[in-house]
Amino acid sequence: MTIGVKKVARPREMSFSESLYLVEIVKGLGVTMGHMLSNIVRQEGIKTIEYPEVRRVMPPRFRGRHRLMKREDGTPRCVACYCCATACPAKCITIVAGESPDPGVEKYPVRFDIDMLRCVFCGMCVEACPCDAIRMDTGWFTPPDDTREKLIFTIDTLLEK
Amino acid sequence: MPVREPVLTEKMPTLTINGMTVDVPQGTSILNAAKDVGVEIPHYCYHPKLSIAGNCRMCLVEVEKFPKLQTACSTVVSDGMVVRTDTEKVRKAVTGVLELMLIHHPIDCPICDQAGECGLQNYYMKFGLHKSRYDLEDKVHKKKVQDIGGQIVLDAERCILCSRCVRFLDEVTGTRELNFFNRGDHSEISIFPGRPLDNDYTGNLADICPVGALTSKDFRFKCRVWFLKAFDSICTGCSKGCNVDAHHKGDILYRLKPRWNDAVNQAWMCDFGRLTYKAMNEARLLTPFVREGGARKVAPWGSLLPDVAFRLKSAADKGGTDRVAVIASPQSSNEELYLLRRLATELLGTKNLAFTYRVAGDGFADDFLIRADKNPNARGAQLLGIPDGAAFDALVSRIADGGIDALLVFGNGIGALSEEETAALLAKVPFVAQVGTNEGPVSKAATAVLPSASVAERAGTFTNHAGRVQRFRFGFPARGKAKNPIEILVSLGNRLGAGWTFAGEASVFKAIAETETPFTGMSYDSIGMFGQEIAK
Repeated sequence: MTIGVKKVARPREMSFSESLYLVEIVKGLGVTMGHMLSNIVRQEGIKTIEYPEVRRVMPPRFRGRHRLMKREDGTPRCVACYCCATACPAKCITIVAGESPDPGVEKYPVRFDIDMLRCVFCGMCVEACPCDAIRMDTGWFTPPDDTREKLIFTIDTLLEK
Repeated sequence: MPVREPVLTEKMPTLTINGMTVDVPQGTSILNAAKDVGVEIPHYCYHPKLSIAGNCRMCLVEVEKFPKLQTACSTVVSDGMVVRTDTEKVRKAVTGVLELMLIHHPIDCPICDQAGECGLQNYYMKFGLHKSRYDLEDKVHKKKVQDIGGQIVLDAERCILCSRCVRFLDEVTGTRELNFFNRGDHSEISIFPGRPLDNDYTGNLADICPVGALTSKDFRFKCRVWFLKAFDSICTGCSKGCNVDAHHKGDILYRLKPRWNDAVNQAWMCDFGRLTYKAMNEARLLTPFVREGGARKVAPWGSLLPDVAFRLKSAADKGGTDRVAVIASPQSSNEELYLLRRLATELLGTKNLAFTYRVAGDGFADDFLIRADKNPNARGAQLLGIPDGAAFDALVSRIADGGIDALLVFGNGIGALSEEETAALLAKVPFVAQVGTNEGPVSKAATAVLPSASVAERAGTFTNHAGRVQRFRFGFPARGKAKNPIEILVSLGNRLGAGWTFAGEASVFKAIAETETPFTGMSYDSIGMFGQEIAK
């Protein structure tokens, strides 16, 4: 069997007026001016938003920054089973388990850190959680920060939201 | 225990299992015969080292001409038996038994340490996969998190009443602390009121428990088992040399589990031995340093090794070879002791070489696995011609009299000497170099400290009290800047003019096998997984 040859469209040669560029520049500026004028006339059609005062509403299934859920008594719902840390493809979850003073709980996370710089927002941790303790439904991104340490979210940060 | 007496004939019985014909010795159970042909029969209560109970009913198989299904663990094969484990009838029965066991199981796998190595999880995925027909509210609840003494936490809810633990305490330790209480749904294992586990082998209960009912107090919540990797090692807790599987994640050891070796520890190990891994994690010597005017100063290996070699050599040259001494350690492997002996006798030319198996603390022993000698390789040191006993006492008194100018110490302590005694003794020597793994009396007084890799971070052989040479394997690279003692010894030896070309423990052992009579003809291959006795 011979290898099939596929014809690919080559870029056509530029016409004389195009090769001068001048006409094309004026056309481009025309588009820009058109948008500017239409934005002055109809301001509600402007696409940009005044972040961070105004925030876009994310679709309901958007996977944003994580939060840890609480029980009714305010303790973390997480039982430190390590399922999320096992499922995590980016290895960004660090858990240290401890013996809970409440015998009904037994195991609880002493530490639960998510390295937001490593996280790929795949949602595997949420899928893996047997207790519905971790969710990514905050509807927002990880806010930027100025040091790497601040972007390793600890259990307190994750329980806040 | 109710085992059917086999009808003994001369012939080895031939039976057919799932269409495969196999000859097995008289008295073999169907379960073991099936194992021979590679047919897995699920079981909980059966344990090769314990008596047969036949109470879990997981190993039911169909035997031709038997009206009912038979338990494979307690049915002895007879000639012409036709066994099937793959029929619908068997499958249904096994799934039914499993469902029955799971009726009152709390299914708290997220907080259970057994998860990942649990018999219920494994067999559910293979034989179960049924939906629960029992409401959560109807489950019988029992007491969880019971500290029953020893190294064990009991969770009565997770128990499947296989009685392995009861039989272990009855037949192996003979202490009988656990038993069944109550009846029906409410049956549970427990200790007698006010009588906690009181033996030195409690850790084995966590190993033999097929579910999460008996788990280790020490390993509790430390790590998930699926993160752990295992390598073959030898327990360093005493001269018994129990074979162990060392479980680690990265460069942290999490637990030791007995590795089966019928010639040494069978399937068990003691509670003290189980905790020896901690010394390999904590208070480790990680950077080489020298002590100048009482303060520690980090020294690079590149300058420290020549320096130590020079100090040893110059002390021998100036004051004579009897002004130099070497204290060996029975914690070292055969390979290291061999190199150390050659370094002392051939290169330094000194007679001041000795070791002692004495350690601080009691020399507790029993008639099962625990030996009074708390070192893994005292026998090896003796066999390699390193003197102990009176020779060691003579050497110590010589040091105390100020008769030594340079001393090379292996190990973290000197015999049973306390920290003050060690400091006072070593103060008499102008130059003390130590090769050790952990902070201890010697590292607090030595002039130069050369950190050594722990047992998990190096490989070699130990000779146990009975003269059995056993290999321990390399688990993970040495922590910090610690070095393999063989590397240290070869480097020191070559600076003293040895011209050694040893690379790694295998080449050293080859030399031992060639020159040392007790080890003649041995090789790492002949030692293998389970060790080899030295020629008597």
